[in-house]
Amino acid sequence: MTHNAIGLTKADYRGAPSTLCAGCGHDSIASQIIAAAFELSLPPHTVIRMSGIGCSSKSAAYFLGRSHGFNSLHGRMPAVTTGAHLANHTLRPLAVSGDGDTASIGLGQFIHLLRRNVPVVYIVENNGVYGLTKGQFSATADEGQELKHAGVNHFPPIDVCAEAILAGCGFVARSFAGDAKQVRELIKAAFHFHGAAVIDIISPCVTFNNHDRSTKSYTYGKTHESPLHDISFVPHYEEIAVDYEPGEVRDVQLHDGPVIRLRKLNRDYDPTDRSAALLLLEQARSTNEFVTGLIYLNEHRPTLAETLGIGNTPIAALSENRLRPSREAFAAVMAELLGER
Amino acid sequence: MQSPQTVVNEFAITAATVNGSGSQTANMVLMRAIFQMGVPVSGKNLFPSNIQGEPTWYTLRVSQAGYIARSAVTPILVAFNPRTANDDLAQLPTDGICLYPADGLWQPQRSDIIPLAIPVRHILDQVGVNQRLRPYATNMVYVGVLAVLLGIEETALLTALRQQFRGRPSAVELNLAVIRAAQSWAAAEPSPAHGKYRVHRMQATRGMMLIDGNTAAAIGALTGGVGVVAWYPITPSSSLIEALESYLPRLRPATDGATCAIVQAEDEIAALGIVIGAGWAGARAMTATSGPGISLMTEFAGLGFFAEIPAVIWDVQRVGPSTGLPTRTAQGDLLSVYYLGHGDTRHVILLPGTMEECFSDAQMAFDLAEQLQTPVFVLSDLDLGMNIWMSHPFPYPEQPLQRGKVLSAEDLARLKTYARFADIDGDGIGYRTLPGNPHPLAATLSRGTGHNERNIYRERPDDWQRNMARLWRKHETARRLVPRPVIEINPQATIGLIGFGSTAPAISEARDLLAAAGVQTSSMRIRALPFGAEVTEFIARHQYCVVVEQNHDGQLRQLLQLHCPAHATRLGSVAWCDGLPLTAPFVRDQVLNCLEQMRESSLLVGTGT
Ligand SMILES: Cc1ncc(C[n+]2csc(CCOP(=O)(O)OP(=O)(O)O)c2C)c(N)n1
Ligand code: SF4
Ligand SMILES: [Mg+2]
Repeated sequence: MTHNAIGLTKADYRGAPSTLCAGCGHDSIASQIIAAAFELSLPPHTVIRMSGIGCSSKSAAYFLGRSHGFNSLHGRMPAVTTGAHLANHTLRPLAVSGDGDTASIGLGQFIHLLRRNVPVVYIVENNGVYGLTKGQFSATADEGQELKHAGVNHFPPIDVCAEAILAGCGFVARSFAGDAKQVRELIKAAFHFHGAAVIDIISPCVTFNNHDRSTKSYTYGKTHESPLHDISFVPHYEEIAVDYEPGEVRDVQLHDGPVIRLRKLNRDYDPTDRSAALLLLEQARSTNEFVTGLIYLNEHRPTLAETLGIGNTPIAALSENRLRPSREAFAAVMAELLGER
Repeated sequence: MQSPQTVVNEFAITAATVNGSGSQTANMVLMRAIFQMGVPVSGKNLFPSNIQGEPTWYTLRVSQAGYIARSAVTPILVAFNPRTANDDLAQLPTDGICLYPADGLWQPQRSDIIPLAIPVRHILDQVGVNQRLRPYATNMVYVGVLAVLLGIEETALLTALRQQFRGRPSAVELNLAVIRAAQSWAAAEPSPAHGKYRVHRMQATRGMMLIDGNTAAAIGALTGGVGVVAWYPITPSSSLIEALESYLPRLRPATDGATCAIVQAEDEIAALGIVIGAGWAGARAMTATSGPGISLMTEFAGLGFFAEIPAVIWDVQRVGPSTGLPTRTAQGDLLSVYYLGHGDTRHVILLPGTMEECFSDAQMAFDLAEQLQTPVFVLSDLDLGMNIWMSHPFPYPEQPLQRGKVLSAEDLARLKTYARFADIDGDGIGYRTLPGNPHPLAATLSRGTGHNERNIYRERPDDWQRNMARLWRKHETARRLVPRPVIEINPQATIGLIGFGSTAPAISEARDLLAAAGVQTSSMRIRALPFGAEVTEFIARHQYCVVVEQNHDGQLRQLLQLHCPAHATRLGSVAWCDGLPLTAPFVRDQVLNCLEQMRESSLLVGTGT
């Protein structure tokens, strides 16, 4: 398949050549973003690439070169994305951020973006360090972890997924940059989710945090990843053709038709149960388990544009006669101020 | 009841009350009633940063000459706050009138004034006001008494009450009953206070309205096509957004979906971030804040400047540094806003000084922001924003919205090439493509990092330098686009007074006082930054100019000295900020002082003209 449903090739979804370190997890994620957008046949002009500052945020330049984008400020991409959504809610923001960008300087904005349910595909490229400023600890670094320059981290990590669930986010997933297929399927599902979707992807920084004891390293990820399920995105729902054991497959249909197919691995897990999701994260934390997959799914909240009653036409495209008061309405207000009515 | 000593239509009243007691409503009724009689009025509300129980003062000036600056001397005192009454009384000039509740513990201890004890409780008992409403009704009592003393017409009072309690007839009725009871008491009370100050009907306010600058700005923004508003509450800017919210359904009904999205952000950083995101995506977006919020917005202001994103930011100034005096007025953000952001950031600033300008600047700010593709700041202040001013009705706009240089997909198909920051027209302004434009050439990644003409990340020295030079060219273009200063030339004058914003009434009244003292002046009210050519011309044609402003450091003077260094030593400074709007006698005295000092020092260095 060299052309997708809208006649574009994969190259049409690429960006500028990456300038990140060879082997950086962020580059593998960029490839999966490109693959997912190609496979979904997303018209490039309907997507906007949003990012903050960091190696991860820089990578917005390395995919979807035919989509508009904004490489904004450190930790402040959520606000910019919120504004872009209000101005034009027909565009789908794809945001890439880092653990420093999202969980340190930008934690507040991240939570408020989710609270408002801005329908963004929000990817956290989580490496436990500040890559771009050369290896300081971020707020997701493991407690007690030691790094050559940064010394020992004495503080507990912030769990991006737990924060997202508590903030009201309806699509919360965790993945591993080394698990290309899972990353890609999650991105595809997130694009079809009606609302904010967060994917926290452990994305090793090969330069500053890839030693074997780091839970953000390739080795650790490869040896410890414990997927909740085998996830695949089914764009056009069809009845399950293959025979599965009862309970082996769970299909979750999204509002616009496609299905997220979750094939059971070694546990029963219901991603639509909020308390179960939080419990899972808490257990994973206490037992040091690297759980990946779709952790929480709930598609029932309205998006911010819906909450504010924005109609079909984006505000940015409203014609002058809707952006200005009518002469009559204006005159009525003036008359009232003049005390004439 | 009129004696030869009667003062007609030229006096002021100070009402000293407790905040949260509805006194502002009573003062508004009084102000509206006098305005209804065609007599120019102005009101200054001096309130605490507190919700209930703290002292508050309202100064109402009545001036047939049309002077609307804060009045320094107020010969009528409503001493309804026992906690401040002694201090308030000390301010009352000899022969002044002091109204106070007869049933309180406080009594004025001065023999050179006219005391008038009002039996407030008795009057309220007569009307049968219930306990819950008593604190509010108390203030209507002095409205009734003053109506008698000043001769305010019944119809004017009634109209004022109806305007103040629009759509709440029961409130009109109750307050009217209190006013009437107070009137009958006052009419029967023999006192030398009768007939000393009178309001006589004039025609000077016909066709005008009373409004505050924040409401004027809100109506202006809605008229100017605002589509996205993000804000974080802060005095004295909150009422701008609240007015916008309340007028939105009437002025821009959501017949086919909302025409304006309003979001209360988590802080001012996010507020401006949302505005920048919305401006980037093609909406007219704005925020309103005050000093502390401006500080938080700094990084985004720089991004907007450098990534060249339209945005409108209202700074309704209050007294800083820091949290400062949250409920007092100042003009102290001029320097910090002009240069808001690190590196060589500089902004376009509009400086409204009247209600009409609050309305028109609110629209023009969007036009300029989109034409210049940059954040545009509007510096108002608490005095303009929250006090009530007389204004002509606002005109419906006759010009279409100016949306600046934006290329559509069709344009790109025709052009076949696109570079976001190419300065094709030589004015420093490139062509934008909006997100959602389907043409394959349209997309760019906006950024605050160094970039070349095609908006691609670059660190090359020549790319950087070229881009900064173009941004300077754009600033020069802004100089030509922003509103011209308001200049009044007195051909006999060798002295020029320069100011901006809400100090205009004090400066213009001071010019009359100075003329009476034999000093002729011209005046220039700066309307925007960057300065245009007229500014230098005005300074050059006067021997001395005195810059009058409401901050400590003489910020406008500093900017003018930088702008025209050749004239720097001929620019004097009257910079004063104590939180209160300036008064004309103060400005006169300070200008005279300043001129004397300048003459002395120029004689010393020998650089006269
Ligand atoms: C306001 C501000 N403070 C500090 C910086 C410096 N800075 C740039 S990137 C970064 C950390 C990035 O870490 P992360 O978001 O985890 O991205 P990574 O590089 O690890 O992908 C910092 C502190 C900045 N750009 N802006
Ligand atoms: S420093 Fe780390 S995060 Fe940054 S590009 Fe290199 S490997 Fe990636
Ligand atoms: Mg990081």
